[in-house]
Amino acid sequence: MKTLPEVAQVIRSKNSSPFKLTMDIIFRDREVFEEVRRRNLINPEVVARAYKIDPQRIEKLLYFEPAKAIKIGMARAVRSGAPGDTDVYGAQQHAPLLGIELDI
Amino acid sequence: MAKEYKILSPTAILGYGFPEESFMRGIAEHPDLIAVDAGSTDPGPYYLGAGKSFTDRTGVKGDLRYMLTEGVKNHIPVVIGTAGGSGARPHVEWCRQIIEEIAAEEKLSFRMGIVYADVDKEAVVKAIDNGQLIALDDQPIPTPEQVRECPYVVAQMGPEPLHAMIAAGCDVILAGRCYDPVCFAARPIEEGYDRALATHMGKILECAAIAATPGSGSDCALGILKEDSFILQALSPERQFTAQSTAAHTLYEKSDPYHLPGPGGSLDLTNVSFTELGDGRVEVRGTQFVPTPKYAVKLEGSRCVGYRTCSIAGTRDPILIASIEKVAQQVKDRVTNLLLHDDMQGEVFFHIYGKNGVMGTLETVENVTPHEICIVMEVLSDTQEHANTICSLTRSTFLHYGYEGRISTAGNLAFPFSPSDIPMGAAYEFCLYHLLEVDDPSELFSSEVVEINN
Repeated sequence: MKTLPEVAQVIRSKNSSPFKLTMDIIFRDREVFEEVRRRNLINPEVVARAYKIDPQRIEKLLYFEPAKAIKIGMARAVRSGAPGDTDVYGAQQHAPLLGIELDI
Repeated sequence: MAKEYKILSPTAILGYGFPEESFMRGIAEHPDLIAVDAGSTDPGPYYLGAGKSFTDRTGVKGDLRYMLTEGVKNHIPVVIGTAGGSGARPHVEWCRQIIEEIAAEEKLSFRMGIVYADVDKEAVVKAIDNGQLIALDDQPIPTPEQVRECPYVVAQMGPEPLHAMIAAGCDVILAGRCYDPVCFAARPIEEGYDRALATHMGKILECAAIAATPGSGSDCALGILKEDSFILQALSPERQFTAQSTAAHTLYEKSDPYHLPGPGGSLDLTNVSFTELGDGRVEVRGTQFVPTPKYAVKLEGSRCVGYRTCSIAGTRDPILIASIEKVAQQVKDRVTNLLLHDDMQGEVFFHIYGKNGVMGTLETVENVTPHEICIVMEVLSDTQEHANTICSLTRSTFLHYGYEGRISTAGNLAFPFSPSDIPMGAAYEFCLYHLLEVDDPSELFSSEVVEINN
């Protein structure tokens, strides 16, 4: 078993619009990325479990080969900067991904 | 020699700064254009709504002084996109004043084209009535009242409105809200370069050296556009572009790295290749531009939703910390009851750092008891006076609230500041982020040409 920070060089979140969050996982090693992709080790269910949310809320999850990366999309709970928002840039919503464990 | 077009991008956001040596290395490459993207919606809805820049005036003036002085002296055109951060009229005027000050101080003369991106609110209301507004990101279509609550509505321009300025012989173009790559791509597209490659290169250059490794938003990058590819080059020896850093940047702040929508169509990156040239540069090929059946521009507007006051406090009491969520709710209920008597309406939000202040409802960690926590009390009401009153009431109620099990009876909160309450002015939320189809890509954008003589 490996945790995601052991195999990823970047794990980050950011707004992709004032209403959407996007998370990127960029792997260190192309072979590990290829294995994760081939075995679909990171999928909406795995991400939803990390965030303790319904898998339906993961709106996008795709493997981006040129950057050996995974992109995840979900809606923000509150529009960026609107009353009650906690993270205007959406830059600190990635932490639950750090706890994902991979069977590799 | 094959045709090529060199663009110097000094910094990711005008005002963020750059090393002078990097910039001068860029000038030594004899660029055909110096361009900078000044805008972003990242800092939130306030700046568009309030008509203010999120970047500092001194920083913006410092960056522009280099760009204008070297640009005018060496006959290199300068293009500034999304002036003032949000690109509405007050943002453009703010940037124009800075440019005129620099021109006077440095004795520069040039012809400047100014393109405004402001859209008439009643035209937007009419478009809503006619069903011409297209929602993005599952957002509702705003009501006419909500549109009228936006102090400014802007549209993201494509390259077309800038082409008239180029035709008018402008040395400097100051544009309101632009699709980010446009300040880089408009001139080469006008000279006949491929729209897809020019736009894709602009998409990377708008972040300057962020796409290099190590990345930096406050260092320069050079883009070299060719007939069927483009090359990216860092301008300081400690950085380089790699296939990985450039490809990874394609992910940045995008919802889908393969399809990047913009005015008039999308960039399709499905068949793009990133090739390292072995000298710290990367060559990119294969970008396609897929036009939409009808040309559409994105509208942006932030509406005023009231006035905000906040107060910041901490607690170190383990008994209070153990039941903080419950106590916060009880304080909120009591404040709500008190307000009913005063016929005053407002909303109270508690941001409880140490519990879920950063992630709110998305927080996954439960049942933790930190040794101290921070509470940010946020109050929203219809006037600043009402927000101040409700915040004051919330703060004093929380300070003296007799929660269950309390043994520290002198006060529940530690305030770092006196005064403890901060009136924050008008609060905004994004309400327009919709597409509007147009017959002519330039129809929404007005412009003027001015001669700067010193």
